[in-house]
Amino acid sequence: MRKDYNLEKRKFVIAGFLLLIAIIYGIRLFNLQIADDKYKQSADTNAFLRKTIYPSRGLIYDRNGELVVYNQAAYDVMLIPRDVEPFDTADFCRALNITPEDLSRRFEDMRKNPSYSSYTPQRLISHLSAEDYGRLQERLYRFPGFYIQSRTLRQYAHPTGANVLGNIREANATDIQNDPYYAPGDYTGDMGVEKSYERHLRGIKGVEILIRDARGRIQGRYDEGRQDVPPTAGRNLTLSIDIRLQEYAESLLVGKRGAVVAIEPSTGEILCLATSPSYDPRLLVGRERGANYRELVNRPDWPLFDRSIMGAYPPGSTFKPTQALLLLQEGIITPETAYPCSRGYHSGNLTVGCHGHGSPLPVRPALQTSCNAFFCYGFKAMIDRRGKYGSSSNAFEVWKNHLVTMGYGYRLGIDMPGEVRGFIPNSAFYDKYHGPGHWSANSIISVSIGQGEVLATPVQIANLAATVANRGWFITPHVVKGIQDTVIDEQYRTPRHPDIDAKFYDIVAEGMRMAVTGGTCRGAALSGIEVCGKTGTAQNPHGQDHSAFMGFAPYHDPKIAVCAYVENAGFGATFGVPIGSLVMEKYLNDSIAPERKYIEARMLNTSVYYAPPKKKSK
Amino acid sequence: MRLLRRNPSEESIFKNLDWLTIILYLAMVCCGAVSIYAASYDFDQASMFSFAEFSGKQMRWILMALGIGLVLLLIETRIYETYAYLIYAVMILLLLVTPFVAPDIKGSRSWIVLGPMSLQPAEFAKSATALALARLFSGYNFKLNAKIGNYARALLIICLPILLILLQKETGSALVYLALFFVLYREGMSGLVLFAAAFAVTIFVVSIKYSEALVLGTPAGQFWLLVAIAFIILVMSGIYGKNRLEVCRNLLLGYIGCAAVIVILEAWAKVPVPGLPVMLGIIGAACAYLAFEAMRTRLPRLFVPVATAVLSVVFLFSVDMAFDKLQYHQQMRIKVVLGLEQDLRGAGYNVNQSKIAIGSGGLTGKGFLEGTQTKLKYVPEQHTDFIFCTIGEEEGFWGTTLVELMFIALILRIIHIAERQPTAFGRVYAYCVASYLIFHFCVNIGMVIGLCPVIGIPLPFFSYGGSSLWGFTILLFILLRIDASRKRVLSY
Repeated sequence: MRKDYNLEKRKFVIAGFLLLIAIIYGIRLFNLQIADDKYKQSADTNAFLRKTIYPSRGLIYDRNGELVVYNQAAYDVMLIPRDVEPFDTADFCRALNITPEDLSRRFEDMRKNPSYSSYTPQRLISHLSAEDYGRLQERLYRFPGFYIQSRTLRQYAHPTGANVLGNIREANATDIQNDPYYAPGDYTGDMGVEKSYERHLRGIKGVEILIRDARGRIQGRYDEGRQDVPPTAGRNLTLSIDIRLQEYAESLLVGKRGAVVAIEPSTGEILCLATSPSYDPRLLVGRERGANYRELVNRPDWPLFDRSIMGAYPPGSTFKPTQALLLLQEGIITPETAYPCSRGYHSGNLTVGCHGHGSPLPVRPALQTSCNAFFCYGFKAMIDRRGKYGSSSNAFEVWKNHLVTMGYGYRLGIDMPGEVRGFIPNSAFYDKYHGPGHWSANSIISVSIGQGEVLATPVQIANLAATVANRGWFITPHVVKGIQDTVIDEQYRTPRHPDIDAKFYDIVAEGMRMAVTGGTCRGAALSGIEVCGKTGTAQNPHGQDHSAFMGFAPYHDPKIAVCAYVENAGFGATFGVPIGSLVMEKYLNDSIAPERKYIEARMLNTSVYYAPPKKKSK
Repeated sequence: MRLLRRNPSEESIFKNLDWLTIILYLAMVCCGAVSIYAASYDFDQASMFSFAEFSGKQMRWILMALGIGLVLLLIETRIYETYAYLIYAVMILLLLVTPFVAPDIKGSRSWIVLGPMSLQPAEFAKSATALALARLFSGYNFKLNAKIGNYARALLIICLPILLILLQKETGSALVYLALFFVLYREGMSGLVLFAAAFAVTIFVVSIKYSEALVLGTPAGQFWLLVAIAFIILVMSGIYGKNRLEVCRNLLLGYIGCAAVIVILEAWAKVPVPGLPVMLGIIGAACAYLAFEAMRTRLPRLFVPVATAVLSVVFLFSVDMAFDKLQYHQQMRIKVVLGLEQDLRGAGYNVNQSKIAIGSGGLTGKGFLEGTQTKLKYVPEQHTDFIFCTIGEEEGFWGTTLVELMFIALILRIIHIAERQPTAFGRVYAYCVASYLIFHFCVNIGMVIGLCPVIGIPLPFFSYGGSSLWGFTILLFILLRIDASRKRVLSY
């Protein structure tokens, strides 16, 4: 048989076809295996389930070492849908104390979850109580596919200090976006120190790497757990708060709106930071958190609003010590300079009223009697002293800057979220308001007695008391005095000095002492303790005057500085002084003297009537 | 025959065996067994049982396959030639009976259960068909192109098993026989048929893949295919017009004129040109001109481009219809390969997971038994049709390249063996074996790396399964026997 060489050449076509395909496949394999990384990642995502192990959150103690916030195990009912067999729903509901309708609703909610899969664990009910857990655990064998997963909840030893302690909630989308630490389902601190010390409290999550097959079933641990990372527990906090004092201050505020702040002057440690109305921190734990939170938000008296650091109030006469200090510092007055008071300050047709006391009088008695006229004259003398400052504007800037160094007008920098700055106007503010050159001391005279545009928070007022107590310095107030394994921030250990000479503080302290011994603050006098104080009665557009008190004790070796501020409660002496002095007494003596028990009882039992808020017309 | 009356001994057969093929065969079968062990190995030590299942069973299949190979080597070549038609007839009968006696396994009735074994007759029909086709071509002075009847007989031999296997609902195994067109091509069938097939595939792919975007109001795929058809007419008119190049030139001038008019209308005059009728008009005019020239110059060859154009256009417009005729899962598989659908939970799942498995192997692979994709059962059918995944994941690019090279070496060797055969019988049979292997290689690896629709056919010598292994062993060892005795049968 003759060979056909023409046809034999066709072997090259066939072999060429094979080689062409092989080259295409080779290029494809190169792209898949070497050029493109995404398949490696996909394979890892497929096979490795990185299971987070949550660290235990740091505990919180009060200044005396009493445990205030701790962790409590809670139990979630989990199930793997494809493993669930038909079960006795009535029995199941009895164990959990829920209705069958409730159960079917929960099943529906679970299926609506975007990450629902019938192969992976799903959460049916969260935060079971210990009793429910016990009952269910006993008969769990009757419900295949169900199991119980434990997680921790915050628990509170006292129904007090909610504003300071804060609480925890699930991290929301914003948290997750802002901090790569968080994943959906993680907890994060909300409000109080839970929020401001979140980084210390939360610890570091651990991870367990599990091997997962195509149906989502766990096949074991990767590399026998050698790549796992154990979690690091959160750090414990020690509060500067005395939880008993906090509880006492809150009880005194029941039925009123306001705040009590007590500071240890030598350290800036806040002893109590009470706000009213408050709420039981246990309301924001567990299954009912959402509903309770909504209810608290909607209450007209704003219990979630921490008045001690968020309430900006007119300081009223508690502001007068600052005026005395800066007038002395600027040389506008000497300790002996006396101003007249004829039932008030009169300038042209402007009158600022005052009450009956001796006249004329120098600075100490002026503080003692809370004389409005003295501080108005002093303020006018400073602002109108063009020879020294050039203009009222310049003089006012000097005035303002002194106040800023005393801690007014800006946030003090307390270690809690949400602090507001209060308000101290500057000359630009009045230039805008009245027109440049169109204002003088008289147009703004009310700021000299803590009225008008001036606003301060109770913590700023308490800080003034602490500064006077220290005779010229303070440490930024803070609620955490110790962090496990580390130290508190530098700023909470470093004294700050207002630009006022210490000697002038002696004069102011003396005046405040005189106010207690024979002035407006007589109600604050305690037997055996030299209390210094200053009342405040602040006019405001919301009705009755606010009642305020600030003071410290003892006079010579101060241990506590206090501000008590009660909204719309009238004279400073009616609510501010008794509450402030009771807190001092409680802290210093640990008990209330028998002769003052009636004051305590009156404070505990008296409520202030607040008109319901007017409905806004739309 | 008489000239070489030296008593043929077994020794001489083994001396003449093509040992290179045997070494490649043994290497591939061993690699296959190791891969199957890896694919069915479980992280969980408790299920060593499944290892015993697949890997152990495959070892038994391999040993028996070697036995079968040895027996086949001992049979006289003449027996194969003499009984080729008989073997083919028996296999056809077996294929015919299979759907009636086979149990329904995943919708197909192709497995015959014999005690502890189940076998797929379709795998064995490959060698029977190859023998029959070889026998046909070994007829005295048989030439494929001599008369149309020869084509009919060849096509009958090829198509009979295809039809019977389709009845068993084993589309993949049936399509394998289409590879035998390579053999027909080698034996004289016009290259136009292969070209037409390639062009048909192109038309199918392009018109389905690019059916969304519009060009001149026509689906982009259709429009550009019509342009391509016009271009092919032009080229063919040049080839078939022989020395009458002016026909080709006139056609070209006509095209340029039309293109200019279209561009002017569209770009300057802003008159919308309806792409479909215009292109059909141009092709129609070109065909009419060529037909006219064919008659005027008495060159009937010029009808070839005309026929090509007409058939292509008809095919183009029947693609959508044909596609709709496919079953839903087949449509999805095609769309997934063309990137039109993701369908990661359905048709795209296998391919996506197998791409992840292969892609995650990198250059050197994750190491033997370290593959997570395959161990954790992300890839379905990983020990059978998707065995290439395990190799890709655990042995990396080096592993896949080595497997590719082994296949290329084996197939090229078989083509070499084919061409050295003194008889048409040997040559045609060898080409049949090469064609089957080319088809399996291209389609199996193509589907695993996502370049081919998923057609369930195994990777020869690697995939788990006795039928496939035995089928290819029989094909190969008959070839080796024929080749070993080539020197003793110089001529009849």
